[in-house]
Amino acid sequence: MVDLSVSLGGIRLQNPVIPASGTFGFGHEFASYYDLNRLGAVCLKGTTLHPRFGNETPRIAEAPAGMINAVGLQNPGVDAVLQKEVPALRKVYAGPVIANIGGFSVEEYAACCEKADRCPGIDIIELNISCPNVHGGGMSFGASAKDAETVVKAVRKACRKPLFVKLSPNVTDIAEIARACEAAGADGISLINTLLAMRIDITKRKPVLANVTGGLSGPAVFPVALRMVWQVYKAVNIPIMGMGGVSCAEDAVEMLLAGATAVQVGAAGLKNPFACLEIIDGLPPLMEKLGVTKLSDLVGAAHQSY
Amino acid sequence: MNKGIYSIENTRQLAKNTFLTRLAGDTSAFCAPGQFINIALDGFFLRRPLSVCDWDGEGLTVIYKTVGKGTKALANLPAGTKLDVLTGLGNGFSVETSGLRPLLIGGGAGVPPLYGLAKRLIGKGARPVVILGFNTAEEVFFEKEFAALDCDVTVATVDGSYGKKGLVTDVLPQGTTYFYACGPEPMLKAVYDRADTSGQLSFERRMGCGFGACMGCTCRTKYGAKLICKDGPVLEKEAVVW
Repeated sequence: MVDLSVSLGGIRLQNPVIPASGTFGFGHEFASYYDLNRLGAVCLKGTTLHPRFGNETPRIAEAPAGMINAVGLQNPGVDAVLQKEVPALRKVYAGPVIANIGGFSVEEYAACCEKADRCPGIDIIELNISCPNVHGGGMSFGASAKDAETVVKAVRKACRKPLFVKLSPNVTDIAEIARACEAAGADGISLINTLLAMRIDITKRKPVLANVTGGLSGPAVFPVALRMVWQVYKAVNIPIMGMGGVSCAEDAVEMLLAGATAVQVGAAGLKNPFACLEIIDGLPPLMEKLGVTKLSDLVGAAHQSY
Repeated sequence: MNKGIYSIENTRQLAKNTFLTRLAGDTSAFCAPGQFINIALDGFFLRRPLSVCDWDGEGLTVIYKTVGKGTKALANLPAGTKLDVLTGLGNGFSVETSGLRPLLIGGGAGVPPLYGLAKRLIGKGARPVVILGFNTAEEVFFEKEFAALDCDVTVATVDGSYGKKGLVTDVLPQGTTYFYACGPEPMLKAVYDRADTSGQLSFERRMGCGFGACMGCTCRTKYGAKLICKDGPVLEKEAVVW
């Protein structure tokens, strides 16, 4: 028997495979497709203090080996999520739940995280700092170490649950930002969010997305994500959730070897609703082939001689 | 929703840039006409959503316009090709409220799902009146197929090269009990504005997943934000916000 379990900020996951935020709704919508209890954890759709419709459509564009989305944080607001969505998920799922929190000011992040922190159905908080700071000229909080530190410090004061900070890859030095988050009290780092991208319709001579730009995800970004996980693993001493193009058990193992303790699966699950299950089922035979009995032994194992 | 492997039985051209493909495989996930499938194609990350024209116990038929690289690739695949397909997606049309003389209005690539709908309306004793709109004669398809079901069929072309000249809204009949519409959004809006009965409209949006996970195809309705892929593609007239 192989051991797939991992630990994230003191929370045990039976396996390291998690549907990524924004690609799995609030989980319960998919309970009729398969038993959600087979997942390592469930990461909820990005939630903000107030309800949001999101961007206009088209919100989706195709890319070589991937996709671009500009959904714009559509969600019913934190109160509705905690009162309706989390209880609905808890009726069909007993494992760890990760709330993904977005915001447009430090105060908004803190208020939203405080609410999520008090909800017994939530185990881990993942802070999405890729949102634009409306008081900072619209620049993403995750674009500078100083802004990241400010928001993480404020949220840390407002929440006691394990706090992971989800980093934007659209930065010059991801390691510096990860270190700032660790110094501000984060319990872990999630990366990467999507890469800023766009497409143009050559017949209409117009951007495909109504929002003009969006975030690239899918196999196209996997090597970039892997490199950033590698760099952040070297920079911090807190656990990492690795994401960005993970599509099969081999990709998951590669992410672990780079330093991730768990993986989130996003775009692959939009193409194949059973992708997470197939990755989980693919891990034991792959571990056997690799001569691994305890999956967590692989975390960061590729760093040994570097 | 089901995910399965489907085999291309045959593909034939119906009209200019318009193809019909019959896929063999499990159809147990379908519960209403107007539902759609989402096909994975080699070389493309996103699946291609296509409305289902009709289905039976052995397989299903899709009719599509080759508007982009994906649909062109699909039309060129040989018989016997195996495809990974999600089936039974979306809500589809409800036939419960149609009355005895429902009006079916299809525009271009919006025509196909009305065929499966017409069959099921006839099956419950209604006698559909069908209006098919196209740009020009060489794009016209399925007039005979609807007539063979014993529907009253009128074809309108924008340039007048076939059937009546004009838009579908120029040839609307009197005395119908309900309407079903599928086609380009300007056509849907025109039908909505002219309709004097209640009805249902099938919408199209660029989709990521097709099964309610990515929130890529959200639209505003009188009952809040809805997903075209999961809550739709069919919306009741009373819910539509333009």
